[in-house]
Amino acid sequence: MNQEKPDTNNIFVIKKDSLAGLFENITKAGYEMIGPKLKDGTICLDKITSLDDLPVGITDNQEPAQYRTKQSKSDTSLFSYVVGPHSPKRYVFPPRHQLWQINRVNGDQQIIAQPLPKTKLAFIGIRPCDLAALKITDRVFKGGKYTDAHYTEGRANNFILAVNCVKPGGTCFCTSVGTGPKAKGDFDLCLTEVYSEAEHFFILETGTKLGSKMISGVTTKPASKAKLKQADKLLKAAEKNMGRQLETDNLQQLIYDGANRVNWEEVGLKCLSCTNCTMVCPTCFCTSLEDTTDLRGTTAVRTRVWDSCFNEDYSYMHGGNVRSSSRARYRHWISHKLAGWVDQFGTLGCVGCGRCITWCPVGIDITEEVVSLKKRIATKKAEATAKER
Amino acid sequence: MSRSIRPKLAVWKFASCDGCQLSLLDVEDALLEVAAVVDIANFPEASRAVVKGPYDLSLVEGSITTPHDAERIHRIRRQSKTLVTIGACATSGGIQALRNYKNVDDFVSIVYAHPEYISTLEKSTPIRDHVKVDFELRGCPINKMQLVELLSAYLNNRKPNIRSHSVCMECKLKGTACVMVAQGIPCLGPVTHAGCEAICPSFNRGCYGCFGPKESPNCSSLSSRWTDLDVSKDDLIRAYRSFNAGSESFRRESEFHEKL
Repeated sequence: MNQEKPDTNNIFVIKKDSLAGLFENITKAGYEMIGPKLKDGTICLDKITSLDDLPVGITDNQEPAQYRTKQSKSDTSLFSYVVGPHSPKRYVFPPRHQLWQINRVNGDQQIIAQPLPKTKLAFIGIRPCDLAALKITDRVFKGGKYTDAHYTEGRANNFILAVNCVKPGGTCFCTSVGTGPKAKGDFDLCLTEVYSEAEHFFILETGTKLGSKMISGVTTKPASKAKLKQADKLLKAAEKNMGRQLETDNLQQLIYDGANRVNWEEVGLKCLSCTNCTMVCPTCFCTSLEDTTDLRGTTAVRTRVWDSCFNEDYSYMHGGNVRSSSRARYRHWISHKLAGWVDQFGTLGCVGCGRCITWCPVGIDITEEVVSLKKRIATKKAEATAKER
Repeated sequence: MSRSIRPKLAVWKFASCDGCQLSLLDVEDALLEVAAVVDIANFPEASRAVVKGPYDLSLVEGSITTPHDAERIHRIRRQSKTLVTIGACATSGGIQALRNYKNVDDFVSIVYAHPEYISTLEKSTPIRDHVKVDFELRGCPINKMQLVELLSAYLNNRKPNIRSHSVCMECKLKGTACVMVAQGIPCLGPVTHAGCEAICPSFNRGCYGCFGPKESPNCSSLSSRWTDLDVSKDDLIRAYRSFNAGSESFRRESEFHEKL
């Protein structure tokens, strides 16, 4: 579905009640729906079966190291919050994934490959930043010479009902990295919610033939210019409403300049090397392989488990660890996200979702770290010039 | 793999509650498997029968708190090819390491009718302070599945898959939303060694640090965050002084705040 260009002529208006029919069609087509669900006060991604599972009237407040949701009884909107701690990553690239097993049978070794994922997953309410993230992980796992069979197969069976963001969160900065707040393709269907006390409707855009097929029999109307304008106005306002901003001009050079020239002590003192940022990041893809055996030594299993560059073991090589301090680990992470990634995959590793800022227990802010780095480099340069004189 | 000689396993107890060695009896189905692949030579909680040393693998529970134990651990080490400590007592001195912050004689005179009968050391110390330890299994109590993994690794000559990262990562692998960020609950997870599968945060509680400090813990940064969450100085000190009060980084952090 990723390859097809969105057909912009197919834009409709759909009412909230009619979404139920769409959900039914998706289920009938054999998809398991994964969508936003309120769990312990947090918008998580989980299995959903109907429109009733979606959080209603929830808004979120996100700041560094802080996430809170608020429920309003009079509010009947469905998507007035942004992303929570989960991203589609945990479904297309599960935290623990068995790769194969070896059994010892009569002195012989019998290798059993893990079957490829067959479940058809429909992602409901996925935001533009996460669509961009999927594009990045597609590049990582499907794009190069060596592809990941499990990831590729899982992605081939996805259906995506995206939602544009009209209410960006306090840690969002997708406008800075050009991934949102409006999705630019890579979806089967995309909704923009227009909600006020006076009216409530969705602009529905089809992105693929599969998307068009999915709305057959669902009550929709062609979108009038006035309604499109209303939605556009909201999205334009959202662009200017980002809680954060990332300065991307010359960013790669800035990071490389700063890598060895300036001091990373301050962030190192704050960073817990707890891995939260990398775990919630929708593009961080590092793993380690775990080999286990049973007690009798008759079965061995290899499992791929999410890992993080903030773990000591992660950079352990013969003779020791190459990044023993948290400042070295933080420097490595930000350098890879914002600079190395560009060389490696032709894109930034950051999609501006703001999760790493919200879910860092001590609120380290990647956008502020870039500002700080810029200042430190400038100070260093000024010192050097002063010395020369 | 058929093994002609089963390795001899011994379990030893020092100052502790027995909870960790009971984990071995509590491994359910795996217990029969364990019994089939090792020769249980000494395990007081399971049987009074004792097979003489030397032993291939010794599991040591508890901390060193008496002069007698300080000698006994050397005898055990001499008889053991591989020695693994199990639990917070054996690894960091246990809850009884709270005595390390006070004068032990003051306790002895209050608790015992005849203090003169009590022969005890000033401090409760981990096994590592006395003899060479081959591996330390963390937790109060240990995770029984980690014990099975450790035995399996030992029997199959491989490295155990027991990782030293934070509890945060276990929450994230499970999909539990951070209780500190989403609910403002103070949590020791970011500085605590994984292994419990993040039980407490799964039930909307902060981590209590039962598995002790993770690799390179940054306690001072976490303490600042706790202070922002209105945790008092006393509560902060108490949080670091529980089952792993004797661990180096938790001790240092608690002493820092005590002196403030």
